[in-house]
Amino acid sequence: MEISDAYAVQMRGITKTFGSFRALDHVDLDVKKGTIHALLGENGAGKSTLMNILYGFYKADGGDIYLNGRKVRIKDPNTAIKHGIGMVHQHFMLVENFTVMQNVILGSEVTNHLGVIDNKKAREKVMGIVEQYGFSVDPDAKIEDISVGMQQRVEILKALYRGVDILILDEPTAVLTPQEIEDLIGIMHNLVKNGKTIILITHKLKEIRQSSDVCTIIRRGKLIDTVNPQKVDEETLAEKMVGHSVKLIVDKTPAQPGETVFEIDNLSVKDRRGLEAVKGLSLKVHKGEILGIAGVDGNGQEELVEAVMCLAKAENGTIKINGNEIQNTTPANAVKNKISTIPEDRQRRGLVMNFSCEQNMILEKYNQPPFSKKGILRNGEVRKYTSELIADYDIRPSGCEAMPARGLSGGNQQKLIISREISNDPDLLIAVQPTRGLDVGAIEYVHKMLVRERDKGKAILLISLELDEVMSLSDTIAVIYGGKIAGTFKQGQADEKTIGLLMAGGGQNAVNS
Amino acid sequence: MQLTAKILKKPITSALISVVFGFLVAAVVLSAAGYNPWQAFGALFSGMFAKPKYFSNVIIKATPIILTGLSVAFAFKTSLFNIGAEGQYIFAAMVVTLLGMKLNMPAVLQIPVLVLAGVAAGGIWGGIVGILKAKYGIHEVITSIMLNWIALYLSNYVVNLQAFHQPNSTGTYPINTSGYVMLLPTWKYSDSGKAFLKRIPWLKEVMLKTDVNFGILVAVLMAVLMWFVLYRTTKGFEMRAVGLNRDAAEFVGINVNRSLLESMVISGALSGLAAAMSVMGMAPHNISTLAAFENNGFNGLSVAFIAGGSPVGCIFAGLLFGGFLYGGKNVQSEIGAPSEIIDIMIGTIVFFVALSTVISKIADRLAKGDASHA
Amino acid sequence: MKKIVAIILALGMMASVTACSSGSSSSSQASSAAASSEEASSEASGEGKSSDFKAAMVTDTGGVNDQSFNQSSWEGLQSLNKDTGAKVSYLESKQAADYATNLDKLADDDNDIIWGIGYAMAGAIGNAAKQNPDISYAIVDNEYDEKTMPSNVTGVMFRAQESSFLVGYIAGKTTKTNKVGFVGGQTSAIIDQFQYGYQAGVDYAAKELNKTISVSSQYAESFSDSAKGKAIASKMFSDGCDIVFHAAGGAGVGVIQAAKEADKYAIGVDRDQSYLAPENVLTSALKLAGQAVEQVSKDAIAGKDIGGKTYTFGLKEGAVGIPEDNKNLSKSVYEDAMKIQKQIIEGTIVPPYDKTTYAEFSKK
Repeated sequence: MEISDAYAVQMRGITKTFGSFRALDHVDLDVKKGTIHALLGENGAGKSTLMNILYGFYKADGGDIYLNGRKVRIKDPNTAIKHGIGMVHQHFMLVENFTVMQNVILGSEVTNHLGVIDNKKAREKVMGIVEQYGFSVDPDAKIEDISVGMQQRVEILKALYRGVDILILDEPTAVLTPQEIEDLIGIMHNLVKNGKTIILITHKLKEIRQSSDVCTIIRRGKLIDTVNPQKVDEETLAEKMVGHSVKLIVDKTPAQPGETVFEIDNLSVKDRRGLEAVKGLSLKVHKGEILGIAGVDGNGQEELVEAVMCLAKAENGTIKINGNEIQNTTPANAVKNKISTIPEDRQRRGLVMNFSCEQNMILEKYNQPPFSKKGILRNGEVRKYTSELIADYDIRPSGCEAMPARGLSGGNQQKLIISREISNDPDLLIAVQPTRGLDVGAIEYVHKMLVRERDKGKAILLISLELDEVMSLSDTIAVIYGGKIAGTFKQGQADEKTIGLLMAGGGQNAVNS
Repeated sequence: MQLTAKILKKPITSALISVVFGFLVAAVVLSAAGYNPWQAFGALFSGMFAKPKYFSNVIIKATPIILTGLSVAFAFKTSLFNIGAEGQYIFAAMVVTLLGMKLNMPAVLQIPVLVLAGVAAGGIWGGIVGILKAKYGIHEVITSIMLNWIALYLSNYVVNLQAFHQPNSTGTYPINTSGYVMLLPTWKYSDSGKAFLKRIPWLKEVMLKTDVNFGILVAVLMAVLMWFVLYRTTKGFEMRAVGLNRDAAEFVGINVNRSLLESMVISGALSGLAAAMSVMGMAPHNISTLAAFENNGFNGLSVAFIAGGSPVGCIFAGLLFGGFLYGGKNVQSEIGAPSEIIDIMIGTIVFFVALSTVISKIADRLAKGDASHA
Repeated sequence: MKKIVAIILALGMMASVTACSSGSSSSSQASSAAASSEEASSEASGEGKSSDFKAAMVTDTGGVNDQSFNQSSWEGLQSLNKDTGAKVSYLESKQAADYATNLDKLADDDNDIIWGIGYAMAGAIGNAAKQNPDISYAIVDNEYDEKTMPSNVTGVMFRAQESSFLVGYIAGKTTKTNKVGFVGGQTSAIIDQFQYGYQAGVDYAAKELNKTISVSSQYAESFSDSAKGKAIASKMFSDGCDIVFHAAGGAGVGVIQAAKEADKYAIGVDRDQSYLAPENVLTSALKLAGQAVEQVSKDAIAGKDIGGKTYTFGLKEGAVGIPEDNKNLSKSVYEDAMKIQKQIIEGTIVPPYDKTTYAEFSKK
């Protein structure tokens, strides 16, 4: 394609390596003015790297960038902003106890001739943008008091306030409820109507089809294709993204729930700030059943898991497994009572990254026979056991027993944890965000494993922020909101909209924006 | 190229390169001060190796810092930064000296009692840090720095108590000879011993003029034991898991606080052992009023650091350090260069070890350069 | 996390390295002192005054730049080198455990006389002398039992009570508050000389003026803890003392600082310490270890039999005294002090050096 000023952004031959890893290999990108352009790819495909280069966070090893047909050098984010490029990251960069207004003007305050902040002028400018694009935000609310969806709008507002024409959104829907996603897409369309250009980084196929005009697919640092998302189906997009055909729907037979294995009654847990995050929550998980907890991040999921693992104090209520109360004992006791957990943050909670795979494999069993005898580790047994699991669960590269866990890909790290937890032969398997950051192929595998365990008669508690995952995998769906279960449904009893409303704190009929 | 990169990435390589840089910087400083660096280094090495007894002294000087090095390295494996090795050493030295002075049992009892007392004293001093960390989450660096000073002043106070203070000296009475751990401490000065040693001049020099003691064997044994505990036992597995990822260790049910406490106790005990070996194995077999820290513990920090936390590495780093400390004096007496040069050299080496990430960066660049040619 | 740890480690190292060198005051001084020795030895060979005689010393843990007797002794050896061409060197001790190995090292270097500076080394010198009967050993500030001492060891003592008596007399004549103080290092016979000599001098002045002057004495229990020295002296000044004499080595530096802060007077020790606080050092009780070191070494070069006995240096030998220039001292007091000095040299006044002799002296 010719370099032309009909394009807001044109990137040519962008190359970037990290150490010996080639993150981007001669990637070209053409973003037409006034469009929503999606960048689709698996985690680690290079899409965020490409955008971080455009935003000046990384320096490309090779290649050129053209804005409106003119070649530019973007050496840091400040330069990017000067060129009219703004980026909203997955993790917001807001000052929690500042108001919306303060956050928006932070760093580019309007000052009068005395150098004092001119609040009135700033306010006029901000309110002008709010009205123009139809944001409904209270400029005087504190960030800590508003929802995640609102915070995201503040981030977008921040960029617009700085006069940005090209807006990069990095996985913007990861933390949103379905309703909030709809609102966001509305805002995006509004922006484009007003002449802005949006680049959307995502791996969610559905949203691309709902929002984008053009979709560029990147796989392993290489440009694969640029398509019109309205004209291709999700399966095709997924196939281009992973490089082979995938099944998007979880294959499973109806559940055959047995007796109750795990029961939480009226549980209350405080979070780190001392605020009650779980407030009188009750739930039951049966044998041979996957109970999925749907909810927006920060509604008590983390504290719930920590209380079950006895890492956080249960202020009130009971947690029973097979009839034994375990609340406020030790993590070791939870493990002993046959609770196994696939933690949310596998690098922080799940693995000792600098330990070898085999050491990680025995992390919970190192002091049990046959892995140790009288306090001395038996490396031969450890190796034998690990090799079996590596083969069973197809953890790659094969022969990675002595390799540090950090050397594995995200998907294989997750397989390592899953194989370890499942081989504990637990009565309750808790899976928290088990597919976070995994590619489509790995997701399929994890889902299959969870269903397999269910079919063996295990009780499975799935906690996920991906509503699609909860809805397709769970036999019973419980919605968590504000530290309580807001509603429970059998699979198929409720549609996405109903659940989405509950997730956002609305009743069955009420809408809470 | 790939091979070079691989070699550069090995921790031992960066340690060695740091040593070389240490010498280079020292050479520059020496030249700037008007001394011939070759002569100075010659003096340094002849001060370490010219006579068997010099090397014996190097080993004797190295013994306590190998042990304090192990102490620091052990704590570091559980991600604890035991800057308190100095205080643990001082406190243990005090306990060993007082007991050694007041008890007078046969050597077979006296020696184990004193060693255990030193180990226990160091363990207690380290344990205090561990408890404060585990129970109240107070950072170990803060508490151990404070405990260093408490130990220093406590020791000085005790040295000056009438019951222990040797009149007209700056120190206490020495411990009773039954607590000596030198090689054949009485035989070598006896008539038969002297007669025997006369026939082997170098051995005579080593035996009579240096405090050859069992400390180095203890230090080597401890290094091996520490390696075994860390890498072959479930306790060591726990501690390393806690050290590498406390969150994960907690999650899988390891008692993190207990592990931290155990680690600090063991670390303190190793420093205490260092103190016991020094007091029992080397003149003057007592403790003196300390003007400032003697750096037995702080040198252990450097040793552990140069060794990259490896137990066996601590032996070599400790010997290197002991060599510098002892052989460095020869630079002073032979060519008149001030002893500060040696301090600068040691400082530079440690500094470059701290910068060893630069070396692995260079390794990365080499590897990358290679890849882009391919 | 790792990076933070690395930084902390690096800081720790730095702390330990600075701690290493804190024993001696500054490296530039060290190198200049050492450089001058280098100069001196090359000069010696150049001028053809070279002699085969080798003299060396081992410092105590204060190091060679202690502003006190280690430094003074080294200056004595350097001056010896200048005068006779003898080769001189020193070794610093960082811990008490270094004494024995340092002495042994110097014995290997074929020195003819080896000095130990300070009584802390008494035991180590005794052992070394036994092992190397061919080498002469000498020690500053220590006196062995004449009957049992090895024949190749020389003790060097100072009649510090004489200079202390002088400064005590000066303090007594100068005080306005009739309260003076004394800060000692560690309790020992050596420091007793200073304390009782000083007290006797104050008493002597009080008698002359026909009034009572009280002397408060306290020990820092350290020769290096300047913070403690300062705390003690500050307390004394606030209790009404206007002059404090110290015999506390490095701890005494704190005494002088306290005087400066309180704008009162301190009396220095060993060297003329007026440079530490020109407005607040009244005078100093000199104890010129270097002079003694040089003199005894010269005797050894001359082939005199110096072993097996103890030399004592006092006003008469010019090894103790007070400086000639004392800008804060009134001329009349200085002149009176010189009269006392004469009497001490002549033996009319014999200053006490410990509790018993002080009691006897007071009775007179």
